Amino acid sequence: MSKIIKYVFYDIIKNKIVLAYTLFLLLLSIGLFNLGGSPDKAILSLLNLVLLTVPLISIVFATTHFYNSYEFMELLVAQPINRKKIFMSEYLGVACSLSGAFILGVGVPILVFGASLTGLYLLLTGVFITFIFVALAFLASVITRDKAKGIGIALMLWFYFALIYDGIILFILYAFADYPLEKATLVMTALNPVDLGRIIVLLNLDVSALMGYTGALYKSILGSLWGIGLAFGLMLLWILIPILSSRRIFSRRDL
Amino acid sequence: MITIENLHKSYGRLHVLKDVSVGFEAGKVVSVIGPNGSGKTTMSKCILGMALPDKGDIKINGESVLKKHAYRSQIGYMPQIGKYPENMKIRQVIDMIRDIRKEATNVDEELIGLYGLKDMYEKRMGSLSGGTKQKVSAALAFMFNPQILILDEPTAGLDPISAEILKSKILKEKKKGKLILITSHIMSEIEEVADEVMCLVDGQVKFHETIAEIKMQTNEARLSRAIAKIMNGED
Repeated sequence: MSKIIKYVFYDIIKNKIVLAYTLFLLLLSIGLFNLGGSPDKAILSLLNLVLLTVPLISIVFATTHFYNSYEFMELLVAQPINRKKIFMSEYLGVACSLSGAFILGVGVPILVFGASLTGLYLLLTGVFITFIFVALAFLASVITRDKAKGIGIALMLWFYFALIYDGIILFILYAFADYPLEKATLVMTALNPVDLGRIIVLLNLDVSALMGYTGALYKSILGSLWGIGLAFGLMLLWILIPILSSRRIFSRRDL
Repeated sequence: MITIENLHKSYGRLHVLKDVSVGFEAGKVVSVIGPNGSGKTTMSKCILGMALPDKGDIKINGESVLKKHAYRSQIGYMPQIGKYPENMKIRQVIDMIRDIRKEATNVDEELIGLYGLKDMYEKRMGSLSGGTKQKVSAALAFMFNPQILILDEPTAGLDPISAEILKSKILKEKKKGKLILITSHIMSEIEEVADEVMCLVDGQVKFHETIAEIKMQTNEARLSRAIAKIMNGED
């Protein structure tokens, strides 16, 4: 399996997009840290930008990469290699190179300008989000053979998790404002990895004091080490469910 | 060596293979013929595990190959249209496959030499002509001394000299006791290399006989006429 991952890496490195992505993140983080204010403020702005761009770039890049690797996979399928191994190598190759770009682009500036526990959580969240959205991209790619349709599904998923979902939550909160919704919001948060990531980082910044009752509840549940563990556990489920189901679809279909 | 039992395969509503049962023995060159879309490629893809059958079984040396992968080290496959990662060079593709198949001990580089692929090693796969891609496919299929060779329209797109090289290679491997399955439309070529002919029509086996027998039954000296006679005779 490591041999195949090596060739996937090789292919991605030759493709300059990952390099451009690293530079983009590097410039973004250095710029935000130098804009003045405390490192905490910079991390907060960085968080909002990261939660918007990282899912988008991960999902679009992974989907196009999957379709472009069709020939490569077809070549390997006729060899004595398990199909599941081919699929997982593709996944790990893409997810690890994008995560590497993220760690370089965001991790190095954090280390230089404001190393803190919050910074570490931001980094971990970014890596998890990358793995989750690459998994979702692969799910979109195995559902349909048509490249345009696959990218369409991937973009819809991004829209849903990054924008529409928050709108739905706000609508529910507004419509049922008379009821106690703290627990319900907590559950709804768990159903969106982007929100989950946002809350993990926010709770470690002092701004959580501004989030009212729900914020207090979050702080009491997710503020502890146990809660952080739970949140990352949920993110892990967000990786495993899409990638295992797409692996299953991939190993049972015709090439 | 290969036994196919009651194989069914459909793509959506299209029923491509309908109850195909057939056996192939080692040391033979079997030519699979049939009109376009009769299921020839699908059958080879089923043997390779690239297409998954709906019903039925495929056995190699008595063992079912469905949902397995190790058996593919015994098969060399040359696809009809070779698809390769466009930005890899010929050398990289060959090195990669060798790297993946490291356990194979005796590597057969004869075709790489005969086709002069070494002189083109630094060319990108995307820039190659269809014929050159075919040469790479052929070299890869024969490289690991497989016991079974599945060649899907191997000479389509090859120039006459290269086709001749391939044909003599096929006969050479046959003498080593290998089973070689060839799908082809060129009757003269089949007559040259094949021992048996299997004909698929609409996903069903129409006949599977040795060439000598076909000629005897139809009283024809040439295979193309003999086969035309069988096909027309039943319509």
